Amino acid sequence: MNQAALAGVRVLEYCQMVCGPYGAKLLADLGAEVIKVEKPVTGDQARSRGPFLHDIPHQERSGLFLYLNTNKYGVTLDPAGSAGKVIFLELVKWADVLIEDTAPGTMERLGLGYGYLKEINPSLIMTSITPFGQTGPYRGYKAHHLNIYHASGQASFSFTQKQGGDATPVKGGGYVGDYDAGLSGAVATLAALYKRGPDGTGQHIDVSRQEALISLDRVDISASANDPNATARRRGMLGGLMPCKDGYVMVIAPQQHQWEALVKLIDNPEWAHSEKCRDEWARSENVAELQPLIEEWMLRHNKDEIYHRGQYFGCPAAAINSASDVYDSSQEKHRGFFAEIEHTEAGRLSYPTASYRLSETPWRANRAAPVLGGHNDSVYRGLGRSEEELAELKERGVI
Amino acid sequence: MEEYPLDGVRVVDFTWAWAGPYATLLLAMLGAEVIKVESQQRLDHTRLRSLMTGPTMGGPNQSTVFNDINLNKLSLTLNLTRARAIDIAKRLVKASDVVIQNMRPGVMERLGLGYEALREAKPDIIMLSSSAVGATGPEKTYVGYAPTFAAQSGLAYVSGHINGPPSTLTGAIDTRVGTTAAFAILAALIYRQRTGKGQHIDLSSSEAISCLAGDMLMDYTMNGRVRERDGNSDEVMAPHGCYPCQGEDHWVTIAVSDEEEWRAFCNAISGPDWTNDRMFADAASRRQNRPELDRLVAEWTRQHTDYEVMDVLQSAGVAATPTFSGSMIPRDPHLKERGILAEVEHPEIGKRTVVGPPWRLSATPTRIPRAAPLIGEHNQYVLGELLGISRDEIERLVEEEVVY
Repeated sequence: MNQAALAGVRVLEYCQMVCGPYGAKLLADLGAEVIKVEKPVTGDQARSRGPFLHDIPHQERSGLFLYLNTNKYGVTLDPAGSAGKVIFLELVKWADVLIEDTAPGTMERLGLGYGYLKEINPSLIMTSITPFGQTGPYRGYKAHHLNIYHASGQASFSFTQKQGGDATPVKGGGYVGDYDAGLSGAVATLAALYKRGPDGTGQHIDVSRQEALISLDRVDISASANDPNATARRRGMLGGLMPCKDGYVMVIAPQQHQWEALVKLIDNPEWAHSEKCRDEWARSENVAELQPLIEEWMLRHNKDEIYHRGQYFGCPAAAINSASDVYDSSQEKHRGFFAEIEHTEAGRLSYPTASYRLSETPWRANRAAPVLGGHNDSVYRGLGRSEEELAELKERGVI
Repeated sequence: MEEYPLDGVRVVDFTWAWAGPYATLLLAMLGAEVIKVESQQRLDHTRLRSLMTGPTMGGPNQSTVFNDINLNKLSLTLNLTRARAIDIAKRLVKASDVVIQNMRPGVMERLGLGYEALREAKPDIIMLSSSAVGATGPEKTYVGYAPTFAAQSGLAYVSGHINGPPSTLTGAIDTRVGTTAAFAILAALIYRQRTGKGQHIDLSSSEAISCLAGDMLMDYTMNGRVRERDGNSDEVMAPHGCYPCQGEDHWVTIAVSDEEEWRAFCNAISGPDWTNDRMFADAASRRQNRPELDRLVAEWTRQHTDYEVMDVLQSAGVAATPTFSGSMIPRDPHLKERGILAEVEHPEIGKRTVVGPPWRLSATPTRIPRAAPLIGEHNQYVLGELLGISRDEIERLVEEEVVY
């Protein structure tokens, strides 16, 4: 049997919504043992955000929560009181990694700052994911996905020309920028784990969600940082996003061989052999005149036809896929990108898996997301708590 | 000497464009020695052009785009159409830990540099192959770039204004794929550290982006719903949007998440009459009357600068930030204090401001990046010092255009 890549890695997660939970999910999906700590009663805020199964709000049936918390164990705990803090510290001693997303200063106020945690567990890697990082004038500022995406510069850069209408900068769809912060945090966490090895010392990782996104758009940002008018200097390029008969397509054809493939795709029109299309520079100069000719062809064809036929000729073309297009795609079916996971409250549902196929240590769904406090018994018994003690902690609202 | 997390890890980088190079940039910033294998015979096109700037650059050593995503790396020129070059590449792999490539599936195999061949040279090698839609399946030979990954993944479909066209977002689509690749490589390195075993990783760029829209895909698998574009709006919160400010093309985003924040928001904007209107009495009504609410919020924001709105609302405990443009980022006091930008000296481009790593590790300080390599800049180091090839032999390889 194949082993898991991260077997034996113990992770304590104290996070909500998307960023931290996604980072910890990536580790859990590759075999790390992740214990997620949630607030008693209400749990992770993602439990109260949709999409809900059949659109009926239910804390065990949020698609957002179910997706972001696969393969984890879940406990409830309020670390603010002394009894809760004792248990939290025991979990910290157990862990290789703590991922937390509280506002800077919060962990210190709870007596759980890195300075103290490293005394009780010197090998601990603590990853803190916050909107603006642990330092700097905005460290205490609040931000949701909308704010962070826009604060990173990404909303002001786009491949898509502002096509008349609304010029308001717009965020990336869903929570994409929050997933990014979780993914970046996971990269840094694994690097620190690799450095630490089985018995080295840990460290504190400061992930600013804003910087995680700035780092991703480094080419655009460097361009502006070195030349404030960089954006205005951009030249037109043929193709790009275009409406077609049944939706939209994306076609990329700056290089000569790609252009030649595009010409084949659009049935080799005469104008494509004129001086105006002579080379990349000429096409770029004449984009205003040439683009409508290409778009006119696209409007007469379907997105799947443009995708497959374009690719057949070697042109990087793609359909703008909806969720159903992705799910129904024969490519994704073949690759088994969606897998079914059974959950006690939400039933058997199909989940996106992972984009990487590791030949020795494949992605696995060992268990669905935990129900709220679902592993209190096993985890706290493992820490030596008796049934009576657990009943009392529950009574007092600690767990 | 400072210690970096990936000290001692050597990466042979056959990637080009943006996604693969960003993966190895992350590894390089973490301390890995990344050797980019490239050739005049098949230049990385970012040395010549980009989708952003078009074909406007000077020679292959003057591309700022190439510089910005290839910091800290070494460059070796090998003409992989020559058998000798393949031998040298294999010898280099033998002395390395990780190989990463993003050629079309099957190309590395045809060159004799497929995973099986490299595993023979180095049994515990970790190899990641990144492609548009994966190395298996009916579309495995299809090609793509950031905008097509965004398109295929389902993310572009839900990005953009309500009732407007979709958006394939920015070049960050590629770097998201690269971050995913770096994650998978690190997981494999940890597995190898524990077991001594290498492995092959097949990465689909389009799936990497789909994973970042997982909840949207779940809505379809759970409820059969195809989520549409939602602009800057939120399912629950209102106000939740991007509003115009003083000055041309200046904007601020505001998100009010509960009743307490709504009251704080109303106080902060000095409670004009409309804030008491029944239309906005609770979260559900605010969400329902969003167009009118947004119009009124914009009336207020227009009288202020983006920074004023942020200061006033954040002081009141309400999430608000300017929509940063590229030129605002270098001037922002918070980012200045954090030091996210760094300066490198490039022999042909000169001084250039670049972006640092996306995280701070307390025990392994941020690596001050070195500029991207000139093409073939480290041939002598790699061929001579690492592989022990004599100076005469290297000269011959250059003459024969094996090293080219």
